Amino acid sequence: MIDKKHIGYAPSPTLWNVEKGRIAFFAKVIGLTDPVHTDEAAAKAAGYRGIVAPPTFIFGAPGDSGETMKLIETLEIDLGKVLHGEQRFDYHAPVCAGDTLRFESRVSDIYDKKGGALEFVVNDTKVTNQLGEHVADLHSVIVVRHA
Amino acid sequence: MTFDAQKIQVGDALPVLQLAPISRTTLALFAGASGDHNPIHIDIDFAKKAGMKDVFAHGMLSMAYLARALAQWVPQRRILSYGVRFAAITQLGDRVQCSGRVVEKLIHKGRPCARVELTAAKASGDVTLAGDALVALD
Repeated sequence: MIDKKHIGYAPSPTLWNVEKGRIAFFAKVIGLTDPVHTDEAAAKAAGYRGIVAPPTFIFGAPGDSGETMKLIETLEIDLGKVLHGEQRFDYHAPVCAGDTLRFESRVSDIYDKKGGALEFVVNDTKVTNQLGEHVADLHSVIVVRHA
Repeated sequence: MTFDAQKIQVGDALPVLQLAPISRTTLALFAGASGDHNPIHIDIDFAKKAGMKDVFAHGMLSMAYLARALAQWVPQRRILSYGVRFAAITQLGDRVQCSGRVVEKLIHKGRPCARVELTAAKASGDVTLAGDALVALD
């Protein structure tokens, strides 16, 4: 069982640079062809500060920074048993190439179902940018299956 | 149907997005693009040790596809909130289909909005992701 003492676990905030090459790569892999993801002029013509990150792009930050793996190790979870249960993004301002985002996350809950066969870890992350804007909130639930 | 913020009604559907069968190549590329390097999606040896028959797709890949279906219908800046529940694993070879429809018109934080129900499903009809988005209409 995951120790409930980890509720409230809040690692130091991490910074993440939003790179235009990475945005273009991400857009290509998922088949997004809108030029606002690849062409600065098109993005500006559409009213953005710069090349726009696709809606779920910022989920890459905790993977890149190692925070996801650090969380799994800190909570002593077996990576092979992890599934993604839920994910939500609340958007407050656009994320553009060249931005430096700050991710501040916290484990807000840990609970289990089916007599402990399934455990759930809820993580909430506030994302701000270099302009001081609150750009997004991420709400994640990971599932650890013991069955 | 074409998105028109002024004319949108409950029941309106966004164009269905049919994806190609999930391949190992796509999973490898998505691992790199998304920053999710969990070997269960790219390394069959690791997946087998974890008790799976093979690697399987990242839930976030289908979430990105579903966001694509939505963003090809409404301008991305109108998307205020987007969330999903991952209901089933997407396997290699599965043909993911993304669909959605307006289920409610409401005022959210003083703004007129539409709630769009979003679904990713396999060719068998089994739902893999069930979610929703809040889209600004002002």
